[in-house]
Amino acid sequence: MIEARSLSKRFQDKKRGEIRAVDNVSFTCQPGKIYGLLGANGAGKTTTLRMLATILEPTDGTAIICGFDVVEQPEKVRANVGFLSTATALYPRLSAQEMVEYFGRLNGLDEATLKKRVDDIFNRLDMNGFRDRRCDKLSTGMKQKTSIARTLVHDPPVMIFDEPTLGLDIMTARTITSFIRECRDRGKTVIFSTHIMAEVEKLCDVIGIIQSGKLLAEGTLAELRAKYAEQDLEEIFVKVVGPLHAQAEAQAI
Amino acid sequence: MNFHAVSVVYRKELTEWLRDRRTLISTVVVPLLAFPLLIGGMISLSTVLIGQAQKEVPKVMIIGGEDSPAVIAALRENKEIEIVPYSDNWKEAITEKKIRAAVEVPADFQDSLEKGTAATVKIDYYQGEIKSEFGADHVNESLKAYRDEVIKKRLQAKDIPASLISPFETKKQNVAPPEKVGGATFGGLIGYMVILLCMTGAIYPAIDLTAGEKERGTMETILSSPVSRLYLVLGKFCLVLSAALATASLSVFSMGVSFSLIRRFGGSTGNRGEAVQLLFQLGPKAVISVFFMALPLAVLFSAALMTIALFAKTYKEAQSYLTPMTFLVVIPAVASLLPGVELTPKLALIPILSTSLVCKEIMTGTYHWGSMSLIFASSCVYAAAAIFLAVKTFQRESVLFRS
Repeated sequence: MIEARSLSKRFQDKKRGEIRAVDNVSFTCQPGKIYGLLGANGAGKTTTLRMLATILEPTDGTAIICGFDVVEQPEKVRANVGFLSTATALYPRLSAQEMVEYFGRLNGLDEATLKKRVDDIFNRLDMNGFRDRRCDKLSTGMKQKTSIARTLVHDPPVMIFDEPTLGLDIMTARTITSFIRECRDRGKTVIFSTHIMAEVEKLCDVIGIIQSGKLLAEGTLAELRAKYAEQDLEEIFVKVVGPLHAQAEAQAI
Repeated sequence: MNFHAVSVVYRKELTEWLRDRRTLISTVVVPLLAFPLLIGGMISLSTVLIGQAQKEVPKVMIIGGEDSPAVIAALRENKEIEIVPYSDNWKEAITEKKIRAAVEVPADFQDSLEKGTAATVKIDYYQGEIKSEFGADHVNESLKAYRDEVIKKRLQAKDIPASLISPFETKKQNVAPPEKVGGATFGGLIGYMVILLCMTGAIYPAIDLTAGEKERGTMETILSSPVSRLYLVLGKFCLVLSAALATASLSVFSMGVSFSLIRRFGGSTGNRGEAVQLLFQLGPKAVISVFFMALPLAVLFSAALMTIALFAKTYKEAQSYLTPMTFLVVIPAVASLLPGVELTPKLALIPILSTSLVCKEIMTGTYHWGSMSLIFASSCVYAAAAIFLAVKTFQRESVLFRS
């Protein structure tokens, strides 16, 4: 369970002054559901998810994940979260197995549990063929599987995906999307961000549309269709973010 | 304090570090190969050159002296030189290394010798040219021997004992223990090397574990693990420190081995051989003391370099920040090597300079426990401050996610 309560993040920029990357965002993600955060580049998706993963600290507000506060108990939050993004690379000089084991140990797993967990994950994801190959020698697909294994090793109840399919080819992207579905089916709380409409339509149980750091619309696909009187998600998105997007563009110039 | 977490981070960094070819080159290959080659090459080259110069029988030309056959005969008797026939351009001949030296015997030399008026025999040579200097030395020896002969004859003629002209003898005797002499020659250098190598050994891993991690995109990955940033930075710091100490010890070890090999196989090579021999009388106590004194400095370098490198986004950027830091270390370390720079309580508070100075003293066999503990303590304070700064910096989002 994820509960964002008035999450805000402000940065100081030398040229542009204060930037509200995330502005008073509140939402709830339920276990066994996929929450999709939909937004253009620079809308505040990554910052929001980084705050949930406690990689960044909120300027104001907080979030409660599995009963732990991201500001007060960040280490406990991280122990309950699997975080995956295209920016979360692997250590090039470790083998796939060492990489997963390292994260298991960082999560405080004892060696017996770790061995069992690693064997289980490697079998399930069909990774035994490249267990001992160094991460810098893996193909993109193998790397993605290793990253997935890395997020799963401590069996977290909450999964956070930040644009997980960005820049991946179709087959690799499918590995990720099917993995996201599997997480939901196992009863995990899943939140993921994207700017690809098709992914949202296929995967998400609840959609949140974000622009300029503000959560502008939230609901199931059916609810959004009814509210904005549009069938196509892209049209709904344009209707929602249109005014703010134009404003942001004008400011950028 | 969760030492287990720190050790998990440390062991992983160690695994990656040992698998890095660049590490192998900078920490293992360079010290283990470069020092023996450099030192061995230099010493054997100079040995060969000096040996050649000593083996050569220098050609010497005699100018004048037709009316003084005795002195000419004395010169001709010397088998260490070869007398060549006179030619007009003898000065050019010396410059062009056709002959090594020339002896100018003044006219009526024999005559004035018998009359007892002092005449001057000039020896011409090319200063700085080692073979020419050897030639001139041999000529000088011959002439001295001839002069002593003349004196002896004169004394005998007047029936005066030879001790009259040398009523007493003098002898220079060294009271400095061998390690003092060795220390004066090499000691300052070893302290300097250890300090500098601690620095250079730390640079590469300090960059790799901070800016390198940002560049490769693993920073976000590691920050998403539940281990706290404190343990993360401490684990990384321990690796950087290990690398610094490993580089310094391997280098000193390889220097030691190359010196001892040269001592064993190179034979005696005059002054150089002796100096090398003296170095080996320094013993492990001095070397261990130097390492002990350098330890807080290694901590200081590791933490400070990591802090600075953390600000960089890429490996290259970090390199451009850290390269100037080398000068900050080299300058005080070199200053301590200057003659006349002595350890004072005030200087003891300046990091690097103080350690370098105290290492010089240790190498000359002097252990001032008071100033050693003062320097150790002050360096520890600087080191602790640097670690504190590194930990704080690692917790700053604006540094970790600088864009």
